Amino acid sequence: MTATVTVSHVEKRYRAVRALRDVSFELLPGRLSALVGHNGAGKTTLIKLMLGLIRAEHGDIRVLGEDPAAGEFSARRLLGYLPENVAFNAALTGRETLAFYARLKQIAPATAWPLLERVGLAPAADRKVGTYSKGMRQRLGLAQALLGRPRVLLLDEPTTGLDPALRQTFYEILDELRDDGATVLISSHALNELEDRAEHVLIMNRGVLAAQGTMSELRKISQLPIRVAIELADSGPVPDWMNGPHDPAAPGHVLLVADDAQKMMLLRTAADDPRVRNIEIAAPTLDELYAHFLNLQEPAA
Amino acid sequence: MRTIAIIAAKEIQEGLRNRWVLATTLLLAALALSLTFLGSAPTGNVGAGALDVVVVSLSSLTIFLLPLIALLISHDAVVGEMERGTMILLLSYPVGRGQVILGKFVGHVLILAFATVIGYGAAGLALMLTGVSSLAASWYAFGAMLGSSVMLGAVFVAIGYLISSLVRDRGTAAGLSIGVWLMMVLVFDMALLGILVVDQGRIISGPILNALLFLNPTDLYRLTNLTGFNVSQFSGMAGLAGSTNPGLWPLLLGLGVWIAVPLGLSMLSFARREL
Repeated sequence: MTATVTVSHVEKRYRAVRALRDVSFELLPGRLSALVGHNGAGKTTLIKLMLGLIRAEHGDIRVLGEDPAAGEFSARRLLGYLPENVAFNAALTGRETLAFYARLKQIAPATAWPLLERVGLAPAADRKVGTYSKGMRQRLGLAQALLGRPRVLLLDEPTTGLDPALRQTFYEILDELRDDGATVLISSHALNELEDRAEHVLIMNRGVLAAQGTMSELRKISQLPIRVAIELADSGPVPDWMNGPHDPAAPGHVLLVADDAQKMMLLRTAADDPRVRNIEIAAPTLDELYAHFLNLQEPAA
Repeated sequence: MRTIAIIAAKEIQEGLRNRWVLATTLLLAALALSLTFLGSAPTGNVGAGALDVVVVSLSSLTIFLLPLIALLISHDAVVGEMERGTMILLLSYPVGRGQVILGKFVGHVLILAFATVIGYGAAGLALMLTGVSSLAASWYAFGAMLGSSVMLGAVFVAIGYLISSLVRDRGTAAGLSIGVWLMMVLVFDMALLGILVVDQGRIISGPILNALLFLNPTDLYRLTNLTGFNVSQFSGMAGLAGSTNPGLWPLLLGLGVWIAVPLGLSMLSFARREL
């Protein structure tokens, strides 16, 4: 599989601020990647670079084989983008707005109407965008990003302002596109939403790519312990096999194990002990991994 | 080409929707009609065709009004879209930045052309209906006035884009536009007049004055319309027209340069800009 988006050794400065420092990664087709980081970590700067809205001082960026800042834009027909605070001209209706963007991508506007249906905007399609709520503008933003079966989708904070029901449809649509072989990049703060969905996670901190990989790769790199909570049937003495490292802050018995092999060993022993009433396992969440990689960088930065 | 047409069509659609087109057309028509009927009353049955008087009064009006309208619709074309956040989305589409500017330009100039031709045309039509007979030459002058008015509008649309693509916020763009308008419509001529009075023809000869007039598009417009044979006697420009008359084509070419240069510079400045 060849990468649809390649970013290599990219540096970007805004006057004295080093917005990006030596950032390199690849995005593959058929994969949903999550770009996470604080405000000001460089997420939006990265997306703008991929769109060719700004130019990098150093390094090379390829989107669908083209340099986005070079003024070539045939690749942009296959690209969908949803900006962080999407805005439209208030005087036009939703349908007119979508038709305009469809024409720019050289798509017949009529083929865009199902998208309005899809994002739940059909009843309001002929109202002026000025009367829309924030959630409705976001839906329209999503609809325009999906025009023309995009091969690369860049979504900047896409689920802010969406109600839970639409959030669900939103991820369904993304799953479809991903299964269809599109490259999807979501930049977000909503880490718990992305945790089960992102195959690939990029953690940005102060312009540096702090870590990247699949969730299990990140867990391995981080060496954060897996938490195994064990509930005993009675409050008698704690059995010997439970003497390993504990989480002192957690209530009850929460054992910390370093990796999957140790976890399985512990589980086998625990399952044999009749006093164990319940076992709960929690691998490090994206939230914890994120905090870990950020802290790791703090002294270096 | 196609992309430019799509963007132009959207500008026109927006102009129709937010009543810009309607307001401008009505304003120009109302002023043109009132000037036509009030302005031709004093001529009575003196030999001059009423149409010539209309050309003079309408072009004097145009010099003040059209640049202002043009700057009003163009000054936030770039910076306004950037502030509202619509520009970022537009540029993520297969659209060149030059195409954005050209598309907007075509759309805005068409809006102005529509308003001018319909608004002023109403005056011409009213004259025809009231049975005032006019020489073919007068109609020619009227047609030239319509055409050069649209060109003057285009000049200031282009200047508005240049301002819009250089500044950081809409307020600055609006302030600069008013400044440019004052400068070109009022201050320049007064300053020039003052210099001529002080100079008493010692340094500034006819050719130099000619060159100085090319520095201001509104003067080019004035010369185009107010120095025609039938017209100059009413416009008070006969003296100037006698001493300096570069001819129609150089004047139109001058206006053309005044469109192309700011437009080109605004495209250049927008292309280099980081969003």
